[in-house]
Amino acid sequence: MGIDIAFWIMAVVGVVAALGVIFLKNVFHTALSLILCLLTVAGIYITLSADFLAGVQILVYVGGISILVILAIMLTREVHRGNLNNKLRIPAFIIVAVFLGIILYAMLNTSWPVTTPPPMEPTTATLADKMLGNNGFILGIEIAGALLLAAVLGAIVLVREK
Amino acid sequence: MSIGLEHYLVLSAVLFAIGLFGALTKRNALVVLMCIEIMLNSVNIAMVGFSRFITPTELTGQIFAIFIIVVAAAEAAVGLAIVISIFRNRDTVDTTDIDLMKG
Repeated sequence: MGIDIAFWIMAVVGVVAALGVIFLKNVFHTALSLILCLLTVAGIYITLSADFLAGVQILVYVGGISILVILAIMLTREVHRGNLNNKLRIPAFIIVAVFLGIILYAMLNTSWPVTTPPPMEPTTATLADKMLGNNGFILGIEIAGALLLAAVLGAIVLVREK
Repeated sequence: MSIGLEHYLVLSAVLFAIGLFGALTKRNALVVLMCIEIMLNSVNIAMVGFSRFITPTELTGQIFAIFIIVVAAAEAAVGLAIVISIFRNRDTVDTTDIDLMKG
């Protein structure tokens, strides 16, 4: 019961915050709304008993990416122009509405093979086992490391003074 | 009615649609990047939802979500660096003005 209430609070706040990203006029307020949306996603992870992911979400998104976004907003001095739309507004709305309708129809009419054993509560040790143990994701982790190194180097090269 | 898999899937689809609409219509490149972050997060919600309700003992969905977060962090760093670089060269981050490759 408590999970239900938590889910509805997180879902409503998250969707309203995501709409705020689109409809707020000030770009800085948009970034703050994005941070609220990312926080509610962390709450959604907790209702799904994914405790490690909730921590990662707060560390990486709320702690890291939001700082990057706010820093980029401050560096580009475009706040005064506001959060404008381009000419594609109505076609994009139609496309997105059709997409949402199709995907909701497909999701709600599929009989998912839901199983209901009780969820694992501390997932961290199990996650580490699945990732690093036998038949794990070692190659993926190595590639992720290389990707992060390449991304950091690329970001430095891109914003370096000539 | 208790919360089931469908609730999470519908939430994920709604967030994805909002992010897609923003990514298609916004003129500030930074807001477009923010909307892409919303889309990536909505996919993560679907992943973790499937992991919780369909294979609760496997956790593969959560591992995929972790990899998505890694790629999203790299994407955000490079994307914001590109936006700042464009702002340095052209003095704008308006996507309708950045049309260097338009025929």
